Amino acid sequence: MDHIIQHIQGIPLNHYLIFCSIIFAIGVVGVLIRRNVIIIMMSIELMLNSVNLLLAAFSAYRGDASGQVFVFFVMALAAAEVAVGLAIVIMVYRNTKSVDLESLSKLRW
Amino acid sequence: MGAIITLSLLGILLLYLGLYKAKNALLPVTLLGLLVALGFEVSEWGKEAAPVYHGMVLFDHFALSFSMLCILLTALTLFLSKAYFSAISNNVAEYYCLIVFSLTGALLVSSYHNFAMLFIGIEIMSVALYILAGIRKKDLYSNEASLKYFIMGAFSTGFLLFGITLLYGATGTFDLAGVRQYVIDTQQISPLFYGGILLLLIGLCFKVGAAPFHFWTADVYDGSPILVTIFMSTVVKVASFAGFLRLFDYVFGALNEFWTPVLLVVIVITLFVGNISAMMQTSFKRMLAYSSIAHAGYMLFAILSLGPNAASSVFVYALAYSLSSIVGFGALILVKKSQGSDQFLAFNGLGKSNPLLAAIVALAMFSLAGIPLTAGFIGKFMMFTGVMGDYHVVLLALAAINAIIGVFYYLRVIVHMYFKTAEEGAETVVMPLNFKAVFIIAAILTLAVGIYPDCLIGLF
Repeated sequence: MDHIIQHIQGIPLNHYLIFCSIIFAIGVVGVLIRRNVIIIMMSIELMLNSVNLLLAAFSAYRGDASGQVFVFFVMALAAAEVAVGLAIVIMVYRNTKSVDLESLSKLRW
Repeated sequence: MGAIITLSLLGILLLYLGLYKAKNALLPVTLLGLLVALGFEVSEWGKEAAPVYHGMVLFDHFALSFSMLCILLTALTLFLSKAYFSAISNNVAEYYCLIVFSLTGALLVSSYHNFAMLFIGIEIMSVALYILAGIRKKDLYSNEASLKYFIMGAFSTGFLLFGITLLYGATGTFDLAGVRQYVIDTQQISPLFYGGILLLLIGLCFKVGAAPFHFWTADVYDGSPILVTIFMSTVVKVASFAGFLRLFDYVFGALNEFWTPVLLVVIVITLFVGNISAMMQTSFKRMLAYSSIAHAGYMLFAILSLGPNAASSVFVYALAYSLSSIVGFGALILVKKSQGSDQFLAFNGLGKSNPLLAAIVALAMFSLAGIPLTAGFIGKFMMFTGVMGDYHVVLLALAAINAIIGVFYYLRVIVHMYFKTAEEGAETVVMPLNFKAVFIIAAILTLAVGIYPDCLIGLF
């Protein structure tokens, strides 16, 4: 464990911060501009995983385990969320034969 | 804590009841469970409040009163659900179970004392709702509502989590007391912390449906089955506001110079977008959906002005708004069942065909518009006084304009009920006993709070 922490600390914290912010931004842009539901879900995963990485980095730098525990919570709940999300996508697909957001525009945005 | 455990077990019990085909027992068992949970909350009232379970949750009067409000509103919603879910599908147990799980999340959100619990609470609350919004599997509207709610919910959770992470990076703790201590002690607050506040603000504004993050609200409320909409627009909103207020009052209160301008902009946009869009609607359901955005704007006043009265004003406002919403949407269930439409026109002539229902709906509309002698007036009054104490005069003027716009579209419902005649041969709206009971309870509470508000203001 110490070994891993040393590895993590070998890179300056700011680099993690910038890197994770970029991944997060890519995720946000992906959700906003893509219309395919599966790709939107992948973008959301990208957002959550950038958060996980940043939490792990902060946690290693501070020598505080609670950040890493939080990562587990995020992973577990993200899995639950994706399970429900995919079920919803399948339900939509059965009715419209499409996973495109545009196929569902009965309600005005 | 007893309430949260009871409700989690109740959800599992309901699933088993569904498995053994005990359909008639579902509603009584759920209501009994809610009653037990309410009993636990009452028994914890007045005790010395300290964070329990390693500082994870805190059951102070704030948390307890909002939890009780959530339980009460869920019970009222479930009273309306008799024969509603079974008309939609055969697997009724799942719906009760999901509503109870969602309520558990709502209780966690109103009593968290650690960011982990805030996150988990919000997730438990929303994941159950994603499914509930899509109950009608074959109905494209319901599908769309469910999908949009899911995408927007997961998206906003991302912002919330990034905000929490930045706060953790700055302070090294997830504990609210620890973060608060950091704010008080540190001279040079890290820029990460400010970024964290902004991202949390965005995430929470998504959850409460404040503009410019409101665009999902109307569609989701409109597309979901009405009963689920009632639950979403009352319990979930109340809990989200409780969480919002707790965070900004307890932790970020000292930094209000930083986030007040942002929140001011959010409030002004929310009020105008909500009210003007509501005015343009021809559908009663969409009108209520947009008006719920406007009400979110009024409730944000309390977060702007903070102080000792903030909690009680949010509580009174949320109570008034929720009771009226239950009546409004509940009446819509009945009207839609007999007229087959959720437009304003469907309410034509209701004053003649069902005077009691029309009177109660009128009272609810007065309360939403904030006419004196109703709970809504007291709520608005407390909110406006709080803001006035902080000399946000421009905001107050804008809010007054919005209140007038609000009166206009709520009165339109009343005009349709009393001054327009129904079409020839239209079916009369019948009011089943359970609806009658819920409506009368809501009407009595609305009037009681409106005439004698002191009983609630002293709670905190």
